[in-house]
Amino acid sequence: MRILIPTIIKVTTSGINPSFGRTEFFAIFDDQSGEYTFIDNPACNAEGGAGILAAQTAVDNKVDVVIATQCGQNAADVLKAAKIKIFKAVPAKIFELVEKYRNGTLAELTEIHSGFHRRGGQ
Amino acid sequence: MKSVAVLSGKGGVGKTFVAVNLAYAAKAAVYIDCDVEEPNGHLFFKPLNYYCEEVSVTIPEIAGDLCTGCRACVDFCQYNALAYAGNKIMVFDELCHYCGGCTLVCPVAAIHESSRTIGTLTRGSGNRVMVCSGTLNIGEANGIPIIKRLKRFSGLWDTTIIDCPPGSSCAVMESINDCDFCLLVTEPTTFGVHNMALVRELAELLGKPYAVLINKALPDEPIVREYCAQNNIPVIGEIPYNAELADLNSRGKIAALCNSEYQTLFAGLLQSICGGDA
Repeated sequence: MRILIPTIIKVTTSGINPSFGRTEFFAIFDDQSGEYTFIDNPACNAEGGAGILAAQTAVDNKVDVVIATQCGQNAADVLKAAKIKIFKAVPAKIFELVEKYRNGTLAELTEIHSGFHRRGGQ
Repeated sequence: MKSVAVLSGKGGVGKTFVAVNLAYAAKAAVYIDCDVEEPNGHLFFKPLNYYCEEVSVTIPEIAGDLCTGCRACVDFCQYNALAYAGNKIMVFDELCHYCGGCTLVCPVAAIHESSRTIGTLTRGSGNRVMVCSGTLNIGEANGIPIIKRLKRFSGLWDTTIIDCPPGSSCAVMESINDCDFCLLVTEPTTFGVHNMALVRELAELLGKPYAVLINKALPDEPIVREYCAQNNIPVIGEIPYNAELADLNSRGKIAALCNSEYQTLFAGLLQSICGGDA
């Protein structure tokens, strides 16, 4: 089981980055090794389609779960296609969020926003 | 024959007002409304004999049974319009810039291009002017293919006036890159000057001759003239801040048609831009 969380800095005591697509870094927790790895988000400065590229990064890193404050429709579509579940973050540090997820106290993220890129969109 | 692009960084300074009146003041003009997100120049000309056509673009369609999942297309796409998840390629139509690159890089020819309508193009004539407008469908992100099509009408008559979208984005670059002259409309406000400086930089970058036109000019507000003097920017004229103009414009009237004083003003302006051939 691998859990991906957008993070502000590359430490487990960092707060979660409220943006999934534009976060600078992701923390990935692997429950087999019990260890965290930190990766750069290639989408953080993307001109467009940041959510898609960020979600692609989650897919490529073979994660099973994403914990996020919010998530756009395009990113959610990519994650869903790869059967990655999205859980709603609460205000907490990265390691606390992992604990909360493992305790079963986080709820699935069901409110998917339509994205910030579509002016007057659907 | 001359093509004049009317642009401004800031919206609401009077691009359409100036472009419409310049086109009317010319002897024979094509007016092209490149503001495809909210075209409104046609409201002034009220053109008849409207001819309407759809504008389509080609977007990738993936043959799933041929795709080997090599991801060459996903890695190629600079717009993140493609993703690979759950062993299949996903296409996000609204992010596609129709470059066709994914089709070219696919090693197994699993991608072909299909057509998608993104807007319409209309043209007609009214008040001696040939009026061409494009309208981008609601929800679409990129109007550039429509602007490219609109520009084909440039040069059909002696004078072409291009009414640009506001700002200094790709859509503005596309609107002005074939023009002969950039008319930078601004107003005497800090915001107006700031954004005029941005489009001036764009005109410089593209090597276009340009000059500033001060709209809504006030006798006691020299902010635009001061900035232009300090930065060696030519000022070609000014249009006074005036209740009659605001009134005519807000009722969809062409000022140069209603009042010969304005006809003289805009014809003179066109003369200064185009020299003898306007």
